[in-house]
Amino acid sequence: MPQDAHITVSHLTMAYGDFVIQRDVSFTIRRGDIFIIMGGSGCGKSTLLRHLVGLKRPAAGQVFFHGEDFWGVDDDQRGDMIRRMGVLYQGGALWTSLTLAENVALPLREYTQLPADDIRELVALKLALVGLAGFEDFYPAEISGGMRKRAGLARAMALDPEVLFFDEPSAGLDPVSARRLDDLILELRESLGTTVVVVTHELASLVSIGTNSVFLDAESKTAIAEGAPSQLLEESRDPRVMDFLTRGEFGNETRKKQDVSRP
Amino acid sequence: MSEKTAQLSFQPAAPPDQGGTVVFAGEWCLDAGKNGIRDALAGVRDLTNGPLVCAGDAIQDWDTTLVAMIVRLKRLCAGKNMAFEPGSLPGGVVRLADLAMAVPERDGAGRKHEKKSPLTRLGEAVLAAGAGGKDMVTFLGELTVSFGRLVAGRAQMQWGDVVRVIEETGPRAFPIVGLIAGLMGIILAFVGAVQLRVFGAEIYVADLVAIGIVREMGAIMTGIVMAGRTGASYAARIGSMQVNEEIDAFTTMGISPVDFLVLPRTIGLVLMMPLLVIYANVIGMLGGMFIGVFMLDISPVLYLQQTRSALGLNHLAVGLVMSVIFGVLVAFFGCLRGLRCGRSAESVGEGVTSAVVSGIVSIVIATALVTVAADILGF
Repeated sequence: MPQDAHITVSHLTMAYGDFVIQRDVSFTIRRGDIFIIMGGSGCGKSTLLRHLVGLKRPAAGQVFFHGEDFWGVDDDQRGDMIRRMGVLYQGGALWTSLTLAENVALPLREYTQLPADDIRELVALKLALVGLAGFEDFYPAEISGGMRKRAGLARAMALDPEVLFFDEPSAGLDPVSARRLDDLILELRESLGTTVVVVTHELASLVSIGTNSVFLDAESKTAIAEGAPSQLLEESRDPRVMDFLTRGEFGNETRKKQDVSRP
Repeated sequence: MSEKTAQLSFQPAAPPDQGGTVVFAGEWCLDAGKNGIRDALAGVRDLTNGPLVCAGDAIQDWDTTLVAMIVRLKRLCAGKNMAFEPGSLPGGVVRLADLAMAVPERDGAGRKHEKKSPLTRLGEAVLAAGAGGKDMVTFLGELTVSFGRLVAGRAQMQWGDVVRVIEETGPRAFPIVGLIAGLMGIILAFVGAVQLRVFGAEIYVADLVAIGIVREMGAIMTGIVMAGRTGASYAARIGSMQVNEEIDAFTTMGISPVDFLVLPRTIGLVLMMPLLVIYANVIGMLGGMFIGVFMLDISPVLYLQQTRSALGLNHLAVGLVMSVIFGVLVAFFGCLRGLRCGRSAESVGEGVTSAVVSGIVSIVIATALVTVAADILGF
């Protein structure tokens, strides 16, 4: 295991009952990485994420967090590990009965001894960072889907986690907001040293911000490529990876030319 | 607790009125203790002239706690028109602070919590009740029109759904309905036995149980069980479809949610209720017989004989008519509360509660009306 390994996945097999999604997946996420989990629909990206954040137990293999087996430690230690992670779910997954401020404040209230004033200040800061200053007293039902997502990010950042997980961060965001989110991810990593793990198939953000990645293939049911997305784009000769990274245009040159020549 | 501390101190510049320096030191983390912050901030507040310079060389570790402090200092400076110089603060943290201050608070986003007088609240409650009543009538109308389409053979309903509803509301409800009805029979017989024994009229326990169960209690108890079981399930299912925008998807496809969701549930439940009530009647009377035979030493044959002579078709008819009405009411309120549910998990909960409460209340009211009507009609 490398020295600066943050999360290491070793020979992981993911399955729902007897139905195997991916087998024998191994990779390492280093501290400060922006790690992209990519692959076509239904290849098990989100399932892998669920394994990384401890929502699902591996059918075989291990997930190590700072070199410690996630499922080999007792519940208290696991709780500590989980508290050092933040997750942004696809739809934001805000608690609908709480206001945005309460959503962000809840983890702070549960896990820190900060006085109420400090919590209010941190909550305001986090909402401001995602561009939601002044929306403290709104309920999730009263704001738009994109805003809900950003509020979900503010909540994920509440405890200043070491690792932030994003499930399809740009889905449902307009291009400008998506770009701003990418910038924020980069900024968080740079200024706070946060490790970022992203499940996405948004090509633009994938290639521009990813520093490392794993490519899951649905057919062979395992990881078929690893490395920085920009490097994969240049160097990979695997048609499945290239097809994905070039929006299916790889190897379709002839077909495209015919399309153009049509009257 | 942890031994981390975050320190802040303020040093005014040597010539007065030439600004000052805030010195950050230690670990600026969520779980760190704070030192000297109030004094330092007071010092900054007393400044009349800028610039405010920051010194961050002694910072050992940081998270957004540091960002929050920088934002606070910058706001203070901005309020006094003083220059803020980040000095030797970590660059990334200053950028984050800038980012947090870049988007101004949206106008009108802040909430005003207005206080309402009791009179206003009463008025609003009356208006809400009126709107609720109107909504109910509208839904009744929609359901009627939808039923009309069904009769005309034009309803967008799948009979397969009706079969599923029948399975869900019929056979699967047997255990709970049987349990309640059996206990109801036992309770009626027991209470009756204690009273009738005084007069040596134990045999009339059979009459009491037969008429009590078949005419009223069988239908009422089944209705209440179904309101709690099926009405709640209808409201929860349709309500969560509402949350997922599935109802909107039906509407925009031109499929009537009432046809597709409400009609099969109503038909299935209305078909099953009389059968469930007959089943509950049988079990209830068996419960009564159990007490009659084992506690009052009446022979089973005699008990059955007495039951037969007491029970007329009129009693059965009243019970069955009620069961059909209850079926409509439970399905009506279950589906209505589901369809009118909001978009949050909380509103689904409210919808389910309201479906069960309105179901049970309407069952009791309907029972009173039917009982009076049956009496007037001489049933």
